[in-house]
Amino acid sequence: MTYIKTAMVTALMGATALTAAAPAFAKDLRIALQSDADVLDPDQSRTFVGRIVYASLCDKLVDITPDLEIIPQLATGWETSEDGTEITMTLREGVVFHDGTPFNAEAVAANIERSQTLDESRRKSELSSITGTEVTGEYEIKLMLAGPDATLMAQLADRAGMMVSPTAAAAAGADFGLNPVCSGPFSFTERVAQDKIVLTKFDDYWNADAINFDSVTFLPIPDTTVRLANLQSGDIDMLERLAATDLAQAEADENIVVDRAVSLGYQGITFNINNGERGDNPWGNDKRLRQALSYAIDREALNQVVFEGAFAAGNQPFPSTSPWYNASLPVEGQDIEKAKALLAEAGFPDGIDLEVQVPNSTVPLAVMQVVQAMAGQAGINISLTSKEFATLLSDQSAGDYQASQIGWSGRIDPDGNNHQFATTDGGINDSKYSNPKMDELLNAARVGSTTEERKALYDEAIAIMLEDLNRLFLYHVTWIWAYNDSIKGFTPYPDGMIRLEGVTWEE
Amino acid sequence: MLRFLSRRVLIALPTIVLISIFVFALQKLLPGDPLLVMAGEERDPAVLEALREKYRLNDPIPVQYFAWIGNALQGDLGVSLRTGQPVTELMAEKLPVTIQLAVMSMIFALVIGIPAGILSAYKKGTVTDYVANVIALSGLSIPNFWLGIMLILLVSVKWQLLPASGYVPLSEDFWQSIRTMLMPSFVLGTALAATLMRHTRSSMLGVLSADYVRTARAKGLSERVVVLKHGLRNALTPIVTLTALLFGELVAGAVLTEQIFTIPGFGKLVVDAVFNRDYAVVQGIVLVTAVGFIFMNLVADALYFVLNPRLREQ
Repeated sequence: MTYIKTAMVTALMGATALTAAAPAFAKDLRIALQSDADVLDPDQSRTFVGRIVYASLCDKLVDITPDLEIIPQLATGWETSEDGTEITMTLREGVVFHDGTPFNAEAVAANIERSQTLDESRRKSELSSITGTEVTGEYEIKLMLAGPDATLMAQLADRAGMMVSPTAAAAAGADFGLNPVCSGPFSFTERVAQDKIVLTKFDDYWNADAINFDSVTFLPIPDTTVRLANLQSGDIDMLERLAATDLAQAEADENIVVDRAVSLGYQGITFNINNGERGDNPWGNDKRLRQALSYAIDREALNQVVFEGAFAAGNQPFPSTSPWYNASLPVEGQDIEKAKALLAEAGFPDGIDLEVQVPNSTVPLAVMQVVQAMAGQAGINISLTSKEFATLLSDQSAGDYQASQIGWSGRIDPDGNNHQFATTDGGINDSKYSNPKMDELLNAARVGSTTEERKALYDEAIAIMLEDLNRLFLYHVTWIWAYNDSIKGFTPYPDGMIRLEGVTWEE
Repeated sequence: MLRFLSRRVLIALPTIVLISIFVFALQKLLPGDPLLVMAGEERDPAVLEALREKYRLNDPIPVQYFAWIGNALQGDLGVSLRTGQPVTELMAEKLPVTIQLAVMSMIFALVIGIPAGILSAYKKGTVTDYVANVIALSGLSIPNFWLGIMLILLVSVKWQLLPASGYVPLSEDFWQSIRTMLMPSFVLGTALAATLMRHTRSSMLGVLSADYVRTARAKGLSERVVVLKHGLRNALTPIVTLTALLFGELVAGAVLTEQIFTIPGFGKLVVDAVFNRDYAVVQGIVLVTAVGFIFMNLVADALYFVLNPRLREQ
């Protein structure tokens, strides 16, 4: 199995050469984020907005296309051995980190070791299949795996594949995040917590011609109305996660461009199946009740009412735009009769109560109130317990809940949206759901060697998921970016990142 | 006066100790595990356990408290669980921001509140009095977040006069810094101005009907001297206390205002820290805020001596 894509790189370089010819203004790009990033160390960080900052700060071994194909970034080619236990990577030459340390095979080895051994590292499980590395040349490295791992390349397209300067990392240890040194298009200049993160163009970037801004400033502005007001007044140039309710206002402004992409994640209801004593209730014990609730919900109407139709109705762990979606099981409309029949079959012909815990912010509450109304039509009497997020999470993890409205931001590889939630020993399986067939399918999909083989396994797994419903899927968030119309060449990606290669500013 | 003040300082010390215990205990009572929040979507039990050890979250709470207060006395308030930055550094970054907001808001409050109070007391029962009262009541009853967002939409989006939100340090660009802070301090200041105006009015009404004011008028002094010198000076003592207490309200109000205008001050820091269960940050801020509040009240006590010569003789 060979994945060398030199042709693709050449095409990419060609494209960037073209964009470089466009008029580029020396400009500081100001981007508003919904919240402040956490620690700026790719090995330690956890937040979504942190990853948006990294897209400008830290290059990865590989990247993705908007269609989720893996493409070269710092690794120009890779080859997996016949038995799937070795990956040989060819690395880009002439790349330096922001502190001048050269990027080479030694640097990759040091990075993988850091991700796997740093006490504070959050990347350990993502790279757990790598048992060792072998530097086979200045720009060639061999990754030894415990067994075939189909998900590894997707991990290397995110934080686990971000390369930090080994010199800086060794010197700073766990404090690396206070002054991160990577090899991306911009280098770290300054951070004032909750105020701004400033990055400056890195002149020695390997693809510097594609970068048309002198600096980029990220400003956390949590209030969505204020974020849009800042864009309209010209104080910022771009914002991420425009609220669906502000869409009309933004689109009506002729100086603002709106772009969108359906995310990789999902939102839904997680049931307590067997997590402690509270799992032992009709909803945890009888899947027919969960199916009844699913039939009672009109997902398209939910999307229209709460999100003005801007998001995507969903019934699977990935949206219908994903190549992994099981197209034979599309989102169905509401079927109250069927829901009632299932309730009767389960022994509750007169209806049943359900307690759902929900984060105490506007959107989840609105979603659950609509679901509450729909479920009521079938005789399911939902009571909502609104909890502050930290409490909700800790109750869910401890099993102190019946059902919980929660979601997942999504991962590039389908494994990330499923394995840890639906396998018996899954790390975030707060349902404590267990189905040997599901374990078998999801474990097999992890090591499957071809996309077709994996797709067939996921199709089968999803059919069982929709039958068992330990997670009931409701909708998929659509990332909505709004920006000044002087910004040209921005490409929306389903991972919600802001990639500035080839983006220009034209007055 | 020195004796009086040193007694006040001595009383302040146990208060601060009590506050520190209180905050520490209350925080631990909050449901929700800081590390679980921190972990977000990546919850590797082994890593969580290692971090619990590192931040001593497995120790008994009294042990945690003494470890914290011991370090705090040496000027080390710990590090933020979320960003890894030292708490003292975070606060040093935020303190000037909130002080600037507080001072500018107070200026708005004093400049609007006191003259309006004097005027409406002096012109009691006239249209001026009623208008001032209506404005003051509006100032009290309009919620900060509404006024803030309306101002942003009007002044920044529509007229494009002032920046919508954000913060520029005074040292970086003086005028830009003042410009970014104008709207937030106005929003915060008007609410306080209303309280100040009402109190100034009632205090002035009491004083203006006093015998010595009548005597002053009988002596043929000008109205200006009667009202501002004999009247205001005597009416000011309760106002000074109130102003010091209002600083407390200011910090509370700043929490909301800083959220709306995205000002990276104490208020925003503490709200985010509470939601993230960033214990060290919350404790640090509350401790420093409490000390600041007590200090402001000491200043007010000291000011009495300046304003009221009778106290000096006691």
